[in-house]
Amino acid sequence: MDTRKPAQDFTLRIRRYDPDSGEAPYWDEHTVTLEPHRSVLEGLLQAKAKYDGSIGVRCSCRAAICGSCGVRINDKPGLACHTHLEEALKRSKDGKITVEPMGNMPVIKDLIVDMDAVHWKKINRVTPWLIGKTPVPEREYVVDRVSMVDVTQTMACIQCGACVSDCLSMEVDPGFIGPAALAKAYRFVGDPRDAEQQQRLKDLAEDPNGIYNCTHCFKCVEACPKGVAPMNQIMRLRRRAGSDHHIDDRNNGHRHEAAFVTLVKQGGLLHEAELLPRSYGGDSWFGKFAPKAGAELVSSLPVITKAVLRRKVNPKLALVPHKIPKQDVKAVREIFDTIGSREERYELNLYVVGDDKDLEQPVAGAVEDRSTT
Amino acid sequence: MPSHDVLIIGAGLAGQRAALAAAQAGVTVAIMSKVHPVRSHSVAAAGGINAAVSVTDDWRSHAYDTVKGSDFLGDQDAIEVMCSEAPAEVMHLEHIGVTFHRNDDGLLDLRAFGGASVKRTAYVADITGQAILHVLYEQLMKHSDTVDRYEEWFTTSLILDDEGTCTGCVARNIRTGDMEVFTAKNVILASGGAGQIWKPSTNALICTADGITQAYRAGVPLMDMEMIQYHPTTLLENGFLITEGARGEGAHLLNSEGERFMEKYAPNKMELASRDVVSRAEQTEINEGRGVGEDGAGIYLDITVVPKKRTLEALREIVNIGKDFAGVDITKEPILIRPGQHYIMGGVKTDVDGATPVPGLYAAGEVACVSVHGGNRLGANSLLDTLIFGRRSGEHAAERAKSMTMPTNDRTQLLKDEAEIKEIIGRPKTGRRVSEIKDELGTVMNRYVAVFRDEAGLQHAHEVVRRLKEEAKSAYIDDQGTVFNQDVLGAIELGYMLDAAECCVVAALERKESRGAQFRTDFPERNDDEWQKHINTSINGDDVPTIHYSPVTITQWQPEERKY
Repeated sequence: MDTRKPAQDFTLRIRRYDPDSGEAPYWDEHTVTLEPHRSVLEGLLQAKAKYDGSIGVRCSCRAAICGSCGVRINDKPGLACHTHLEEALKRSKDGKITVEPMGNMPVIKDLIVDMDAVHWKKINRVTPWLIGKTPVPEREYVVDRVSMVDVTQTMACIQCGACVSDCLSMEVDPGFIGPAALAKAYRFVGDPRDAEQQQRLKDLAEDPNGIYNCTHCFKCVEACPKGVAPMNQIMRLRRRAGSDHHIDDRNNGHRHEAAFVTLVKQGGLLHEAELLPRSYGGDSWFGKFAPKAGAELVSSLPVITKAVLRRKVNPKLALVPHKIPKQDVKAVREIFDTIGSREERYELNLYVVGDDKDLEQPVAGAVEDRSTT
Repeated sequence: MPSHDVLIIGAGLAGQRAALAAAQAGVTVAIMSKVHPVRSHSVAAAGGINAAVSVTDDWRSHAYDTVKGSDFLGDQDAIEVMCSEAPAEVMHLEHIGVTFHRNDDGLLDLRAFGGASVKRTAYVADITGQAILHVLYEQLMKHSDTVDRYEEWFTTSLILDDEGTCTGCVARNIRTGDMEVFTAKNVILASGGAGQIWKPSTNALICTADGITQAYRAGVPLMDMEMIQYHPTTLLENGFLITEGARGEGAHLLNSEGERFMEKYAPNKMELASRDVVSRAEQTEINEGRGVGEDGAGIYLDITVVPKKRTLEALREIVNIGKDFAGVDITKEPILIRPGQHYIMGGVKTDVDGATPVPGLYAAGEVACVSVHGGNRLGANSLLDTLIFGRRSGEHAAERAKSMTMPTNDRTQLLKDEAEIKEIIGRPKTGRRVSEIKDELGTVMNRYVAVFRDEAGLQHAHEVVRRLKEEAKSAYIDDQGTVFNQDVLGAIELGYMLDAAECCVVAALERKESRGAQFRTDFPERNDDEWQKHINTSINGDDVPTIHYSPVTITQWQPEERKY
C-alpha cells in the first residue's frame, strides 16, 4: 500500500432505507475526495459531514476494534473502516463503490441492521459465559500457557457480524447457530477453566442447528476482519465432540464425518453412493445392509430423485467409485499416515504461528492441541 | 416510566463493573448506553492492567509509581485504595473468564509498562480491554434477569430535584426517537472521556464528553481538566493508538539520526519513562529538527528488535494496524509515530466511592476524576481505575439505595429536551454545519492545548472556543427523521464537547507551572509552593467557568524531584 498517493475522487453508491418515509430502499450516490489508502468509512463520514448528515452508519473506533461498522462493500462483507477505498474500487464493476447493509439481518435504517434479532440472539444460544471449575482457586486458575494463547484467536472476535452476514448455511436455514456464536462457543470449550466442556459439546452436536449444520463454504473465514476463522473453530468443535468426547449425535454428524474420511482414505476421492449407508449403518462396506441405513435411504429417495431430475447427480458416476491413478491414491494415504502418526494434534492458530506465509516450515511452530483426549 | 435503584449511564468497563456490583448487592439495576456495550471505547485499551499480583511485588510500590507518575498531583488516599484492591480485582476477572496470558508455570504473565518499577501488567495479547469488556458483557448476559439493559439510548440530561439531588435522567431511544424519563435513586455516570475534542485523537468517535458535561451542567465541579494525556506512540498517519505494550516488549524509539534519544531524557527508564516524559521528548526531537517522515513530524518506533514469534503472539493487533492503516510490516521495519491525544486525567470530581458533590450522582472511569492519575496517568492504570471505582460506586450506590424510597419525576425536563431537539432539527441552513465546528474545535485544541502550551496560545484557544459556542447555537443538521437520527445527536454532542473544552482551556490557563501533562513553556518549572493543588472548574451560567481550588491529599509520599 502506498500511503503517498494524492487524494482523488471516489463515488460511493450507498443503499439507503428510511423507515420514517414508508418508501422502499433506494440508491444514493456521493463523490468524496480522499487519498486512496483511506477507508470506506472515512468516505462515508466525509459524505455525512459535507453533504448529507442523514446517512445512517454505526461507527466508533475507526480502527477495526469496536466492530460497529460491519457492511457489505461491492458484495463482500467486512468493516467499512478496514476496507481501503482503493481496494474497494478494484473490486468494482463500474467504477463506483457499492456500500450496503449486512445480510441475514433485518435493516433498521440505511446501513444499520438489527443485530439483536439475529447475531446476539445466537450468541445467547451458546451459554456465552465461563462456567468455572470448582472449587474456585484463591488466586488464578493454573492453566497451560499455550491454551490461553490458543483461545485468544476466538477472544479476538469483535462481534461485528460480517461472518453472519454472508453465512450460506444461515441463508437457507435461519435457525443455524452460525459462525460467530460457534466461534464464541469454542472460546469456552477451548478454555481449560471451563467445567462443562463435555456438556457444551453434546449440546452443540445434538442440536440440528449446531456444529454439523456448517457446510464448509469458507465464507466466514473470508469475511472475518480479525482472523478468527470461525469455520476453523467449528471444525475444532467437531473434532472435540467426535474424536475426543465420542459424542454419537442424533444428527449423525460424527458418523458422517468418519465415513467421509474412511472413503477418501481408501479411494483417494469421495464415493458418494457409499457415504449415506456408511454414515447410518456403521463405517464399513456392510453398512448398507443395516436397517437404519435402509430406512434413511428410503426417506432420502425423494431428495435423490429430485437431484437426478435436476441433473445435480449423475447416477452412473455416483454409484461407481471414482478411479484415480494408483500413485495418487498412495499419495493421499501418505498424508493420512503422516498426520495419523503424530502423537499430538496440530492445529493452525494465528496467534501462535502467524499467517501461513509467516510459517518458515509447514509444520514447525504449529500449535499442539492439548485438549482432553 | 422506568425506575431503578441504580441507573448506570455508559456501558464500558466502569459501567458494566458498576452494574454487576450493584446487582450483586441485591438492588434493581439498569445500564444505559448510546452504543451497544461491546462497542464502548474500553474495547480499545490494548496493553494490560496493573496489579501487584506477583509474590515479589507490593501494592505500595505500585502506589508509589502511580504517585510519581501523577507528578504528585494524584490524591494518595485514592491511589492507595486503587492499588491495594488491584490484585483481588484482577483475580476476580480471571475467575469470571478473562483469558489472561500465562507464564510457563501457568500463572498470570506480567509485562513491563511505562513508569512502573517492576513488571506488573497482566494482559491478553494486545487486546486486554477487549477481552475484559467482552467477558463483563458475558456476565451481563448471564445476569440479564437482574440487570436491565438499555442499549442504544442517548442521555440528554440528568434530572435534579428541588434539593439538588439527582433523581434520574432523560434519554432518547436512538432506534425509535422516543424520549423517556428514567427515575433512579442513584445515577452512576460511566460514559467515558472526551478525546473527540481533539483532532486527531486515539479516542473513538463516541468519546464526546457527554457525562463530563452532563455533570458540569448539573453543578458538579470538574477537576484537573488541564491534564490531557498525549500518548507517545500514535500512528503519524492518522493518530491511531500503538500500544505501550510494544515498548513494554522492548521496542525502541529512534530519531532521524538513528539515535535512541530517550537516553538524553530518561537514562534509567528509557522508552519506559512515564507517558508525559516520553511524549515531550519526542516532541522536542521533532521541534528541533530530528523528526522523521514527511515534514519531519514523526519518530520511528522500532519493533523489529522484539523477537518475531513474540510479536505475533503478544502484539498481533498492532501487526494488523501497521499492515492495514500504515502499510508497514512491523516485524520487518520501523513504523512512524508521534505523540497524540489519548486520555483526560481530569473529569467529574468524586470521592473514593465515586460519589460526586451532588447527592445521588456518582461517576467512575474516564468521565471521573478521583483523582488517581493527577497530572499524568500511567499506562495500564486506566483499566484498573475503571474497574475499581466502577465496582466501588456500584456497591456504594446500592447501599445508599437500600435506605431510600424511590423518587418521583415529572416530565418537565423531558419536554425541555424534546423542544431542544425539535429546535435543532428545525434550524434553517444559514449557520455553519455541525461537522465544521467540530473540525475547527479539534484542530485548535490539538494546536494549542497539546504537549507544549503557553499563555498566548491558550488565550487564543479560549477565544475560539467561546466563538464556536456561539456558532453552535445556530449550527444546522440534515436529518429530520426519528429512527437513528445520528445527526441530531451529533449536534448535542458538540454542545457537550464545547463546554468541556472550555474547562480544559481555562484550567490550563490558570495553572502557571509545568506538571505532568501540563507543560507551560512560559512557566517551565514545577512549583509545589503555589500549585500543588487541584484546579476545579464550575459552571457559571453562559459565562466563563468559575475556578476554585482543592488540596491534594498526601498520605505517605512527599513531593520530590521526578526523574526516570
